Amino acid sequence: MRSWLVQHVRVLLFTLRRLRATPVSSLLNILVIGIALSLPAGMYVLLQNVQSLAEQVAGTPQISVFLSMDASRDDIARIGKQLKQHEAVGQAEFVSREQALEQIKRTTGLTDVIGGLTQNPLPDAFVVYPKKLDSQALEALRNELQKWPRLEHVQLDSAWARKLEALLRFGRLAVLILAVLLSFALVAVTFNTIRLQILTRRDEIEVSKLIGATNAFIRRPFLYFGLLQGLLGGVAAWLIVVASVHLLNGSLAGLVQLYASNFTLRPPSADNTLALLGFSAYLGWLGAWLSVAQHLWRAEPH
Amino acid sequence: MIRFNQVYKRYPGGYEALKNVSFEISEGEMVFLTGHSGAGKSTLLNLIPAIERPNSGSVLVKGQNVGSLKGGALPYLRRNLGLVFQDHKLLFDRSVFDNVMLPLQICGFDHRESAKRVRAALDKVGLLPREKANPIALSGGEQQRLCIARAIVNRPSILLADEPTGNLDTDYAADIMGIFKSFHQVGVTLLIASHDENTLRRFGARTLTLKHGELQP
Repeated sequence: MRSWLVQHVRVLLFTLRRLRATPVSSLLNILVIGIALSLPAGMYVLLQNVQSLAEQVAGTPQISVFLSMDASRDDIARIGKQLKQHEAVGQAEFVSREQALEQIKRTTGLTDVIGGLTQNPLPDAFVVYPKKLDSQALEALRNELQKWPRLEHVQLDSAWARKLEALLRFGRLAVLILAVLLSFALVAVTFNTIRLQILTRRDEIEVSKLIGATNAFIRRPFLYFGLLQGLLGGVAAWLIVVASVHLLNGSLAGLVQLYASNFTLRPPSADNTLALLGFSAYLGWLGAWLSVAQHLWRAEPH
Repeated sequence: MIRFNQVYKRYPGGYEALKNVSFEISEGEMVFLTGHSGAGKSTLLNLIPAIERPNSGSVLVKGQNVGSLKGGALPYLRRNLGLVFQDHKLLFDRSVFDNVMLPLQICGFDHRESAKRVRAALDKVGLLPREKANPIALSGGEQQRLCIARAIVNRPSILLADEPTGNLDTDYAADIMGIFKSFHQVGVTLLIASHDENTLRRFGARTLTLKHGELQP
């Protein structure tokens, strides 16, 4: 058991030395793997973020009720009362046109433009929080409100969330396809790297086999190499994704202010990071295994 | 120890390297294998560690039919055999010491114990002062002795040598035959292929002669 462990540690150290012995090609390989993996990984992180955003928003579906521009104060009071008394409405919040304009001034920085307006183009509005949140009840409520007089437009704000959900499903499928394709690329990259290594160490493999090396012994250094290269490629992918998230958050800060939200992209979670590293290490190992297996099979006595 | 029963070996294309070869070598025996070049000496030697497999007949090593051994069992057969190759098969990317170390690494020996064994083997063939050299810097005779050191470091009970004195002058050849004789004296079974009649006559050991793949009576 101890000698087995010592052997593995020795092979690991040997592999590290070999990676360091050819720094440029090792780095390039790791980069190729990293970039290939960062595409699906980055898209996945983006999807996760959009999904959590969608859940946040869709979690409290609301109906925006915009009044027509000629609605009087009496109309507003009447509609407000009707809304509060309606059995399907939990809460109704009045947003006056002045408030709406003020909010836009504050959050968009369009003060000059708005200051140039001779009159307020915004309508008065109610934000309605329904009691029942299932989509059928929401639709029914919206359809009913739409028939009320003095209402210009009734907008169900969770409709886009459902469209987004469908879009996310599509996105996830796209990520999956991309991940599968690029996994093949990763296996191929490792396969080829190991094949070249086998070629340069052909004599050693031949002699080792002749004097009693098992296939496991011959495979071991190559498997470690593939595993390590895959793992480092995974680390590179992770760094690329985290750096991109960081960069995007910088420019996103300006954008989300427009929507009065404090939305920021979250980097991959610990679970996802572990999965990424494990997966890339496994693919590296697999590529190496296939490469050595092919060579050993050819070298068997027939 | 080694037994051939009606062994045939044909290569693709119909060339018959061995025809109906049968013989037996008992434990501790030293046997020469001779014959003209292309008579099948190397083929015969290759069948024992299952580097090649016979087309028919059986090759028994310590009672085990090596011709039908599965791939996974071959390493353990070969670890009991010391092989001295005609072309040495040394590795030039590492020192003399590390070349001899390889078989012990393969068997997973403890590092310190292995180092002792490697030095003992190098000492036996007179290469201890050159342990740090690269094999490429060795003369032909020294390379041959290095190959022998690597073959014996595992302390195998059977030693197979293919033309160990092939391209060496008489003094070196006598040197190497002396080394083999010392193994014979400690009970190792030896099978040495050579076309060098002079050496054979001097030792007067049992000789198997191959002619066009057939064993001469």
